[in-house]
Amino acid sequence: MKRRDFLKAAAGGATALCTSGAATARENLQPTPQAVGMLFDSTLCVGCKACVAKCKEVNDMPPVILNGDVQYDSAKDLSGDTLNVIKIYKNGTAAVKDNEVDGFAFEKRSCMHCVDPGCVSVCPTTSMQRDSLTGIVTYNPDTCIGCRNCTMGCPYNVPQFEYDKPYGQIQKCQMCNQPGVARVDNGLMTGCAEVCPTGATLFGPREELMAEAKRRTVLKPGEIYNYPRGDISKPYSYHEKETPTYKKHIWGEKEAGGTNVLHISSVAFDKLGMPPLEERSYASISEGVQHTLYNFLALPAVALAGLTYVVRKNINSDDNDGGES
Amino acid sequence: MSQHKPIGGRLFTLPFMALGIVAAIGLYFLMMRFQEGMSAVTNLNGGNAWGLWVVYDVVIGTALACGGYALAIAVYVLNKGQYHPLMRPAIMASLFGYALGGFGAFIDMGRWWQFYNIFLPGNMNFNSVMLEVGLCVATYILILFIEFAPAVLEKMGAKGAVKALNKVLFIFIALGVLLPTMHQSSLGSLLIAMGYKVTPLWQTMHLQPLLAVLSALTMGFSIVIFEESFATVGLRRPAETRLLGGLGKAIMGLLVAFLIVRIAELVIQGKLGLAFAGDMNSLMFLLETTLFVIPVVILSSPVNRRSGRKLLIAALSMLFAGSLYRLNAFLIGFDAGPGYSYFPSVPEIMVTVGIVAAEIMAYLIFVKKLPVLHASKHA
Repeated sequence: MKRRDFLKAAAGGATALCTSGAATARENLQPTPQAVGMLFDSTLCVGCKACVAKCKEVNDMPPVILNGDVQYDSAKDLSGDTLNVIKIYKNGTAAVKDNEVDGFAFEKRSCMHCVDPGCVSVCPTTSMQRDSLTGIVTYNPDTCIGCRNCTMGCPYNVPQFEYDKPYGQIQKCQMCNQPGVARVDNGLMTGCAEVCPTGATLFGPREELMAEAKRRTVLKPGEIYNYPRGDISKPYSYHEKETPTYKKHIWGEKEAGGTNVLHISSVAFDKLGMPPLEERSYASISEGVQHTLYNFLALPAVALAGLTYVVRKNINSDDNDGGES
Repeated sequence: MSQHKPIGGRLFTLPFMALGIVAAIGLYFLMMRFQEGMSAVTNLNGGNAWGLWVVYDVVIGTALACGGYALAIAVYVLNKGQYHPLMRPAIMASLFGYALGGFGAFIDMGRWWQFYNIFLPGNMNFNSVMLEVGLCVATYILILFIEFAPAVLEKMGAKGAVKALNKVLFIFIALGVLLPTMHQSSLGSLLIAMGYKVTPLWQTMHLQPLLAVLSALTMGFSIVIFEESFATVGLRRPAETRLLGGLGKAIMGLLVAFLIVRIAELVIQGKLGLAFAGDMNSLMFLLETTLFVIPVVILSSPVNRRSGRKLLIAALSMLFAGSLYRLNAFLIGFDAGPGYSYFPSVPEIMVTVGIVAAEIMAYLIFVKKLPVLHASKHA
């Protein structure tokens, strides 16, 4: 191959590589037909951590003990032993609940069950999957190699590897529906929603939860609202309460393609530790770039054919020149 | 009729023994990792799931092992037969680098006893960049074994086998060009899914694969210069300066292309200001860019390209630049969010240092016992 021809071909390839990425990238995935989720209303949370304890009970995980003091679960963040945690936002004197300035607020951290999950997209062995009906993001340790790309590809750092065990695995919230627990399949709600005394964590179909979140965020502050507890499609009780000043922002409606677990709050979400996400999911961009380059291995196959031809020719010309192959 | 010869000499020299001790310390901590779990040895945490082992051993290690790939393009695709004498030692160094990259990936795997799951078609997720990297690197290690096989077969005196292998070698050489192009670009694409966690100076959604493969190629040519200089000085081999000067020219061209893409992306996305913000990330960016520019300046002068010393300085600067680019993107400029930070532990560092020591020991054994280095000055 002449140097000029090669440069031409290389330039063509480079152009294809650079320009086609944006053109063929896929759209964000849409919610599954019977997506279930949870609505966490930060203004209702009193920080009792009953959900943290119940989560450990359902998932058979030990409490985290701080300073040798066994009182209650002291987990500060998600880990191989903690799938759900309540965090606190504090500012200044921290006197008033749900105030951004001189106030405090609670925030639940657990798997958001993304509509277009990064962990599912990056997992090489399909160990992370999105249930095609419920949209629950599941984990199967039997195929997992432990590369932890799911943690790196999760905007919320949810999948947690058990670093303290020689034969560890990934742990994450599976909405209490993993084999052996299967609460959702049996018509039950998640453990955390079941025990929440204020309905701050509410279980139910994503659509109904979204409608509820929209209702709440347009309420007039001070108006009395009847808050349900448990499962939004069949609440076991209600309580009346003055509505706080909600931010007009439902976390999970659009962020990185949306999530099945929705959050609403009186404090801005970046202050509650939520990541800076745009509407486009990273999974859709990454897959777009990858599929453009590989396209059912068509481009590599053509490249290989060309390379084989050129290499063979050049080896022979080496031989003719008296060189060795 | 090989023109390659083992260089012979005593194997158990003082430096060799010292390397052995370092490798043994690494092995000790490695055993601890398998007995007690990752947290007994590493500082990995809930947000920083990839640490030194992934980033140095795999991401940087395989880029440093791109000598065989880069030279194969020069010799067999661009038909620059004059570089052929450099080919065999470069293939060997690539084999070591990649084999140890594969080893690094294995010891870092949380569920290593199930590693074969990535090779089972039923498990494969074709959306996953990691799948492409895993399959491609594994296949390329096999290809490197085959490409290096003639050296071992010659030593064994298996003339028939060498002849038979040479007949079909072109297929493996072609694969040896294609596969690194694929997985070296994919190693860059791994960053895309990490999104906002990669600081804007190193995050770019569509250009990651191009930047990764361009810098890997440049590192490949640089490592050939480095290894040849090492052989010239350390093993008292005849210098190949004239040949290396040609590689220097290739490095300069590739580097200019890389820098244009890199800087243009920052300017177009309006991120260039971050380079002068005065924080840790901006300092690392300026250091990295300086290291990238030094070889361009040195190699632009034909006089410098004829000087073995200047070539070595340029190559070293490029190797540090390419390594720092990866370190910055994956570790230093990586922020998982509030509450998470990472710096490797001493045992973690010792495992990596031990792996590098073992690699150098293997290099010494191979060049002394096998026909790898070119016997005389090339024609």
